[in-house]
Amino acid sequence: MIRFGYIIIGISFFLIFCPAPIVYGGRYGLTLSLAPGSGSIGAGSAVERFPPPEFESGYQQPLTTTPAPRQSIYEYIDAVVLLVVLGLSSYLVLKKRSRRAIFILMVFSLVYFGFWRKGCVCPIGATQNIVLSIFDRDYVVPVVTAVFFLSPLVFTLFFGRTFCAAVCPLGALQDFVLLSAHGGVSVPNWLESGLRLFAYVYLGMAVLFAATGSAFIICRYDPFVSFFRLSGNFNILVLGACFLVVGVFIGRPYCRFVCPYGVILRQLSRISKWRVTITPDECVKCRLCEDSCPFGAIREPTANWPIYEYGKGKKRLAFFIILLPVLIFLGGWLGSSLKTVTSRMHDTVRLAERVYLEETGQVEGTTDASLAFRATGKEAKELYGEASDIRAQFGPVGSLLGGFVGLVIGLKLIGLSVWRQRTDYVPDRASCLACGRCFQYCPREHVRLKNAKEARQGRGESS
Amino acid sequence: MAENSNGIARRHFLKDSLWGACLAFLGGITGFLVSKFRKTETVWQIDPYKCIACGNCATYCVLEKSAVKCVHAYAICGYCRICFGFFGPEPFDINEGAENQLCPTGAIKRTFVEDPYYEYTIDESLCIGCGKCVKGCNTFGNGSLFLQVRHDRCLNCNECSIAAACPSGAHKRVPANKPYILKKVDHA
Repeated sequence: MIRFGYIIIGISFFLIFCPAPIVYGGRYGLTLSLAPGSGSIGAGSAVERFPPPEFESGYQQPLTTTPAPRQSIYEYIDAVVLLVVLGLSSYLVLKKRSRRAIFILMVFSLVYFGFWRKGCVCPIGATQNIVLSIFDRDYVVPVVTAVFFLSPLVFTLFFGRTFCAAVCPLGALQDFVLLSAHGGVSVPNWLESGLRLFAYVYLGMAVLFAATGSAFIICRYDPFVSFFRLSGNFNILVLGACFLVVGVFIGRPYCRFVCPYGVILRQLSRISKWRVTITPDECVKCRLCEDSCPFGAIREPTANWPIYEYGKGKKRLAFFIILLPVLIFLGGWLGSSLKTVTSRMHDTVRLAERVYLEETGQVEGTTDASLAFRATGKEAKELYGEASDIRAQFGPVGSLLGGFVGLVIGLKLIGLSVWRQRTDYVPDRASCLACGRCFQYCPREHVRLKNAKEARQGRGESS
Repeated sequence: MAENSNGIARRHFLKDSLWGACLAFLGGITGFLVSKFRKTETVWQIDPYKCIACGNCATYCVLEKSAVKCVHAYAICGYCRICFGFFGPEPFDINEGAENQLCPTGAIKRTFVEDPYYEYTIDESLCIGCGKCVKGCNTFGNGSLFLQVRHDRCLNCNECSIAAACPSGAHKRVPANKPYILKKVDHA
């Protein structure tokens, strides 16, 4: 009604103050009759209610300016910097074994990828672009995004999680605020495993919503990107501040319990060709490194499996192995039956539900979205059809997600009931972030450094 | 002893094949992406024909001053003396007084060209992308004012937070070599 009123006012204004000569009268009649129909904007192309004038004073119409986007050459430079930093990080972690050098590189990454490049695009978020491009035929992943996603994975397959050590700006920010190099709040193993489940669920949901083209939730809920941009959503800023405050006492909470990309890196790091070792040569089991890891990633040597536990453990393992398919099936069923809820993440489904409620008179009033939909003049039935197609997609993809979560829980239970035998202090292959803090705790490392120094001096004297 | 070393060898073999499989999988993803590759870097842009000027652009951008600004397609403009993008619904007077203006930041400049035409230009350093003038111009005028993402400001986030909040689906990815969707003259 208000709009109609405006139109009346508009037309009366128009008649009173009409700027063009009466010569155009015929065309006015035409445009006036158009005006009420196109009262709501966005309904189509521009309506020429007032014909552009012909100027007599020699006035030149300015052109609409179109400032160009950032040159893509800079993005290629980002990709090259990423590859160089990844290589350098791997070298520093595995060959040079210097925490100080790793730290300096980490600060560089924080400044470059974080504050200079504003933390976007990052490998964590790039996961979603890859998934979207697999499911959406029309979406093409930009080269740089593909490089950002793939290169840390390949490096991890060779060298372990050296990406987490000194390249990832999110990790660097948390590592930077971590006060206690050791002896901070240590999270018990069972709690760590439990909390980490969230990261798997998060990855699954990110894949689900990216695959259906609903949203990029990793980007939406990235807690640190607003620090890099020094602006952003207030709630997310508070979330990021919480992570950083917790991160002062508990090492890298986002990396360990939330990061969905870390989930992929963990699995690849398990089978990496080379990896971080605490000692440069042999473990003397001096226990000095025991408390050096702020991420709880050092595993101590184990005794033999106690004989009275053996039978019980075997039964438990068998039970969990039988349970595994049940968990997968349950998860899959749950994931697919939640499609009504999960599909609301998609704009079209939300809009269709809203329009349905309005059409059937269950709610009063309209939203911006439903107004915009009405302005397109599309049939509500068509919209419902689209929405139910999209919802149908959520079924199979959701059951995959649920099955994946079931599989993860099952494997975790199995993993916890397998007795692993270790004779040395070793970093956990999956959890080790390759930060290099443990190196200097090892007495063998000091021997190595001393030998290296003597060898250097020896060379210096002989030359 | 022999049995034991066999076990270790088997484990190594399994692990190596798993490693190879992972590498092959990553290679597969690379191949897939390469096969799909077309030279299309994308940027975010508003389709002015879908935009309803709801005002979300002013508030949802991650930048403190939104990357979305109002632009003016002069070729469509009627150069009206009474511009509904410039004046509020009921102006006190037809002049440039602040009390008559619709724009909350006074970003539109009104200059006399020749009788009875006035030119309207937008000062982008003041514009906040709220779309009030766009709504006015589209409802009563020619629709020569419309919102566009200005790429000298836009960070080109992986997920645009304005796009996520856009009620009409007007925010979309467009090829980087055609980064603007400007309104065209629509002569009948």
